[in-house]
Order: sequence, then C-alpha cells, then structure tokens
Amino acid sequence: MNKLNTENTVAALLFVYLLIYPFISSEYNIMNMSYFLAMIFLSLSLSLIWGYSGIFSFGQTAFFGVGGYAYAIISMNFNNPNLTLLSFILAILIAGAFAWILGYFMFYGGVNDVFVGLITLCVTLVLATFMAQTAGSQWKIGDVLLGGDNGINNIPSLTFGSVTLYGTNLYYVILIVLIVIYILLRKFGSSKFGYSLIAVRENRERSQMFGYNIPFLQTLVFSLGGVLAGLSGVFYAIWGNYMSPSSMAISAAALPVVLVAAAGRKNVTAAVIFSLIYYMFAQYLSVTGTEYAFVILGFVLLIAILLVPQGIIVTIFNLIDRYVFKKS
Amino acid sequence: MGELFSFLYQFLDSFAFLILAAIGLAIIFGMMGIINLAHGEFIMLGAYITTFCAVSGVPLPIAILLGAIGVGIFGLIIDRIIIRHLYHRPLDSVVATWGISLIMTQGFLILWGPTLQGTSTPLGSFKIDGTSYSYYRMLLVVIAIGLLIFMYWLFMHTKFGLISRATMQNAEIASSLGVNTKRINSLTFMIGSMFAGLAGGLYAPTMSITPNFGNAFLVESFVTVLVGGANPLIGTVVSGSALGVVNSTLSFLFGTFYGRMGLLVVAILFIRVWPSGFSGLIEKKLMRVK
Repeated sequence: MNKLNTENTVAALLFVYLLIYPFISSEYNIMNMSYFLAMIFLSLSLSLIWGYSGIFSFGQTAFFGVGGYAYAIISMNFNNPNLTLLSFILAILIAGAFAWILGYFMFYGGVNDVFVGLITLCVTLVLATFMAQTAGSQWKIGDVLLGGDNGINNIPSLTFGSVTLYGTNLYYVILIVLIVIYILLRKFGSSKFGYSLIAVRENRERSQMFGYNIPFLQTLVFSLGGVLAGLSGVFYAIWGNYMSPSSMAISAAALPVVLVAAAGRKNVTAAVIFSLIYYMFAQYLSVTGTEYAFVILGFVLLIAILLVPQGIIVTIFNLIDRYVFKKS
Repeated sequence: MGELFSFLYQFLDSFAFLILAAIGLAIIFGMMGIINLAHGEFIMLGAYITTFCAVSGVPLPIAILLGAIGVGIFGLIIDRIIIRHLYHRPLDSVVATWGISLIMTQGFLILWGPTLQGTSTPLGSFKIDGTSYSYYRMLLVVIAIGLLIFMYWLFMHTKFGLISRATMQNAEIASSLGVNTKRINSLTFMIGSMFAGLAGGLYAPTMSITPNFGNAFLVESFVTVLVGGANPLIGTVVSGSALGVVNSTLSFLFGTFYGRMGLLVVAILFIRVWPSGFSGLIEKKLMRVK
C-alpha cells in the first residue's frame, strides 16, 4: 500500500482534492458531487465481485434498488428522525440478504460465468417491471405507497441526534464512508479472504481440490457486493429524498458494467476514477442536452473490450508507471 | 369447452413465443458457447426491416424473409468485426454484445424516433364461445414447429450439421481433421442471427415497433436457453414446452405479469436443482441406458 506508484499517487491526490472540494466550490456543485460519490459505490460493488472474484453480475442495480426502496419504506413507516440510522442499517442488510438468497440459488446450484450474468439481468428486469406497475393504492407496505413509475417521494434524510444530513454534511459523510470502503477494498485484495477469492476466480476446479468451499465464498462475496450496491442505493435515496424504478431499469443496469469494464475491472482505483469522470461528463452532456450518450458509451465499451481488455485507466496507470516511476 | 380451448390457445401461443424468441440465441450459445446479449436488438432489427418493407408495399411473407436475411447479414458483419476476436473469451463477448445492444437501441431511437408506423395483424380472427382468437397466432405455432423440424434436419441430416456438431463437441480435433472451425462459427452466428431476425419479423405485425421491441423477448429467450441447457435442439424444445405450461397457466390464472415473474422463479429453482438444464438431464438419462 505504501509503495509509490501511479495508482496510489492518483488516489491520494484525488481524495485530497475531494476533501477540500467543498471549500473551493459552490453549494450546487457540492450537491452534484455528493450524487457522483454515492454512485461510485455501485461501481465498487461490481469491481469487488467481478474484478476480484470473477462473478459477472448485471444485477447490481437490483440491489441498489432494493437498498433504496427498503430505506424509503422502513424510514417512512417509522416516521421518526431518530430511527433513520436504524433504517439505514436495516436497508443495507436487506440488500445484502437479498443478494445472499439469490447467490445461494445460483452458486450452490453450480451456476457460473455467463449464466450468472443472465440470471442477474433477468432478476433486475423483472424487479424493475414489478416496481413500475405498483401504482395504485393496493400496493403499499405499511403506510407507504410504492407509487409505480413515479416512485417514492419525500424520503426522510439521515439524522444523527439533532443534525440532519444534507448539503456539505451529507457530502462529507458519503466521502468518508467512500474513503474507508476504498481502503478496505485495497487491503482486502491482499488479505487471506481476498487471495482465496482470486484463486476461485483464476481456477475454480483447482481451488476446490485445495479444499476451498467455492459456493460459500462466492455467495459471501456476492452478498458483500449486494451490501455495497445497497449502500449506494440508500445514499441515493437520502441524497434526492426520492427513489424510482427507473434507477433499476435496463439502461441503469448497463452503467456499472460499462464503467468497470472500461476502467479496468481488477482495479478499484480505476473504477473510482472512471465512474467519477463518467458522471461528471454525463452531467455536462445532460446540461447541454444530447441523446448520443448511450451510443458513445456503447462504443467506449466495444473499443475497451477489443483493444485494451485490461481497461483504459489501468493501461494508463501502467504506462505512467513504466515511464515515470521506472517500474515494469 | 371454451375455457379449455382458451387455455390451450394460450399455451400454444406462449410455446411459439418462447421457441421463436430463444431459437437463435440457443443455436449461438449451444454451438459457440457465446451468449448474444444483443439478441433482443437483433430481433428488433428484424422487426424494423420487415415493417419498412411491408409499409412500402412488399407482401408480408416476403418482408419477413427479407427481415431474417437482413439480420443474418448484419450478424455476419458483427461477427467479422467484433465477435470473432472474442471466441475464447465468453465473458468479454457478453460485455461486447451488451455494448452493441446499447448502440442499437439508442441509435434506432435517434434515427427513427420512439415508434414506427406498424402493419396490422393479418388473417383476421375466429370466435369460440364469444372469445375471439387470432388465426395469425395459430400460424406462428405452426411456423415454430416447422422451424424446429427444419433445425433437426439441418443439424442431423446435412453435411453442415455434421461438421458443426463436430466443431461443437471438439473444436481442436475438428480443425485438425480439416474443418475450418472459424468459418463454421461465423456461419453459426449468421444462422442464429437469421432466426432472431425471423422472430422479429414474425412478431412485427402483432406488437408496436419501438427501439425497445427486443425487451419483450429478452427475459423469455434467456430463461428458455437457461433452462434448456447447452443442446440447442433438445433443450429448446423441452424447455419451451415446460415453460410454456408454466407461463400460460400463471398468465391464465393471474395475468401476464405473473406469467413472466413465474418463468423467472421457476428457472432459478430449476437451475438450482439441475444446473445443466434439460439437455444435460436428458443426455444423462440416455447415457445411463447405454
């Protein structure tokens, strides 16, 4: 970790910049940046399960949605600002539990590789269609109407004691959680659990011969990924006080895959940087108004897969490493 | 009598839908081990070509054929440019085809707007006990069964079928015996694309033509291939029938949305118990007899 190379330098500079960002920017920009940071967790969750563990999932947005909706439903049913923290934790656990159940059925059933992608995609699509048709008063959990395509509005903000999180407060909470999780993920890559996941990724049969419990490891890391994606969803719901099915729809489900694949799936720093760049770029595009965003994304993805299968950011890292830090 | 026929009609309808939606995907997956995530968009392309032709005065059957051929050629081009670099990286091929599907959906939206003037469903309808049924949908069932027979003939009784089955079983030995496996793979991808285009063309008169046309087929086709397993012939037939029963029963009792949900739940449970799908199950049974 304390080696001087491009990845660490860039990450350190980036986080320092993000820490002082509120002092050099307007309130509006801080709000946007909070949203970008919240969405980075989604990319990180895919980087964890796809990059480290070789499980290819289209379903991260499903857990994102489950997390966001769970927070909305629980906190609005409590209807008590003091219990928002509890709702926050419960929502993340529900997202993790959902991922665990899905993972149990897939990995203990011996489903792997491409089929995991298909099942998770189908689950995401069905969940999004299901939530989209929940308009009407018969669809409610407790006192909360699910609201169909319009989603749920007025989701309470997170509250610690007398402090309600919004604006700069919320920004710093999200940023600090992001930094902690980033460092944990970096450490995780060189921990015992991390190594066994890499072994599973590289060769399942051989790892099984060595006595690793493959389905258990896969289910565990899949549900950790679900927790991270759920965290992203909860932050999103808190940030906008709003949750809707379109955040799980097929175009949303595409994004993490594109971002992580194009950035370099085995590198969390690359995922953070590329996601941040993308969301800023997308913000710029949506301000200037263009319909070409998905076409551009698709081409970026194709070019990345065909020409730089390692990932764009990772390739840049390696180049700078070679010429600036004189490493091979 | 009316109830019974209504159920039978629904079953045949969803059977035909599942078979037609899945067959192209199943061929490509079974032969090459590649999942074409742009399958839905290939179907959409077929529907667009068919609609364009039909609107400009080409008779519908020929328009549908043109749709199939057009998508076949498109598939060949995509294979030459992109897929052939990814034959040995199945996961990357999933991501790449996902990129293709993004470009196609959004590209069609930009080029032709959110909907296209469609053609009406031909052949009219008949009535039993006051409920009307479409002749065209019954024709689709006949076509689906015809396609399965054609596939059986193509893969079991032609030289191409023999060579492609050899490639599927062991590509290295096949190529050392002088088979050009790359060409077989390209041809397979083209045939799979053609079947996708055909499905699009066949369903074009029955649905509204939008850039998201393929989404209606996506879950159904993936689930059918998932439950069917690696063998495109046995797998598709058996899983199409079994899922057709599930889908039509649930749709009949609770509505179409639950039919779709039920498909997915059944597929996940099924895969949990028999991971290699119906074709794995049946092949195992056959091996035991020998």
